[in-house]
Amino acid sequence: MSINHLSGPNSHQPCLKDLNNALSVIPGTYVFDAQRARQGRALNAFCGALQTPQQRQSFKDDPASFLDAFDLTPAQREAVLSRDYNAMLELGGNIYFLSKIAAVDGHSFQQIAASMCGVSVEDFQNMMLSGGRAPQTTNRSNPSVQEVSRG
Amino acid sequence: MAKVTAGVGVSHAGAIGAAWDTGRMNDPYWKPAFAGFEFSKNWIQAQKPDVVILIYNDHAAAFDLRLIPTFAIGCGERFRPADEGWGRRDVPAAEGHPELAAHLVQSLIYDEFDMTIVNELDVDHGFTVPMSLMFGTCERWPCRVIPIVVNVLQFPPPTGKRCLALGAAIRRAVECFDEDLNVMVFGTGGLSHQLQGPRAGLINRAFDNRFMDLLIASPEEAAAISHLEYLEQAGSEGIEMVMWLVMRGALDPEVLLRHRFYHVPASNTALGHLILENRTST
Repeated sequence: MSINHLSGPNSHQPCLKDLNNALSVIPGTYVFDAQRARQGRALNAFCGALQTPQQRQSFKDDPASFLDAFDLTPAQREAVLSRDYNAMLELGGNIYFLSKIAAVDGHSFQQIAASMCGVSVEDFQNMMLSGGRAPQTTNRSNPSVQEVSRG
Repeated sequence: MAKVTAGVGVSHAGAIGAAWDTGRMNDPYWKPAFAGFEFSKNWIQAQKPDVVILIYNDHAAAFDLRLIPTFAIGCGERFRPADEGWGRRDVPAAEGHPELAAHLVQSLIYDEFDMTIVNELDVDHGFTVPMSLMFGTCERWPCRVIPIVVNVLQFPPPTGKRCLALGAAIRRAVECFDEDLNVMVFGTGGLSHQLQGPRAGLINRAFDNRFMDLLIASPEEAAAISHLEYLEQAGSEGIEMVMWLVMRGALDPEVLLRHRFYHVPASNTALGHLILENRTST
């Protein structure tokens, strides 16, 4: 069966299951779908609140109290406070929302990407300078990057 | 009558805006990236578009999880740069074209594209970075801009085929607007990049170049690339490439390639750029 043809406008409902399964096993990748969006509503709402200088300052001054205003799960709260980006992704965070936490910390996308890959910023930057992560690692039959689990 | 004269494909990585705003354009790291736009700035200055229809995706700035429109169109008078967490970029607010935007809405909806109408919209780096790259530093952007926002935040984004068809519908709409306007369409985002998870940093030079080849010469084939293929081959954020198909759909089947540029890396992103002209417009 060719899964590659499933995303066209003429595909039928029952096939969505196969497509979703295929998406869920792309190594090292969190697909932000409806399930993750539901799981991450409060986490992403907190990130969205960081879009004014006043709110960013309040979060910097007292992160714990700031987070109290949002209905995060204990695991989401811990992931935010420890800046564990993979955990935040796992728990329903969306990368564009999460980048607002990096902004508060004065961190670039490269810094948080390095942390998600478990390498130093220098190693990550060197990888990008030498052309980025090789696409072969995306091959589903030969995943050299660890799969992420569904929360 | 208004005419679509050209399309521009351009990546919109936020780091490009940050480099621009902090005056690092001539740093050894950024110089080769910005060099690819020298031709483009001269070209667009000579072409003098009256209106740019700019296709981009919002990055959790104007919209959040309360509202996720698949296709939205900015119908307001003015679009301010958004504060995405780093403060607002110090670039001009864009002046809209409410009359043409209202005409587009009407024509697109009759053409069966059910657009979400947005009257207030702050525009993020997806919009402002292409403007900086194409027009440079200015007090005021030299043309009006109509933003069209495509959802790529929550899966699934619209298909490539649908994006190509939207582009064709945009052209039909523009070309029955009763005012002599030079209209260009910018398709922004991509090319390959992944910002999240343990696979962050993915770049696929071969995929990107094949995409640009197909986009120029065989757009239906480019439109047939599936979501799964984008995610596997171009990275989770590489799916932004569907927005280039909206631009391509607004052009003739055969186009003139004016400029092509590709550079890695722009931070975590493969920077791609195309300028395509409609032969019928010259």
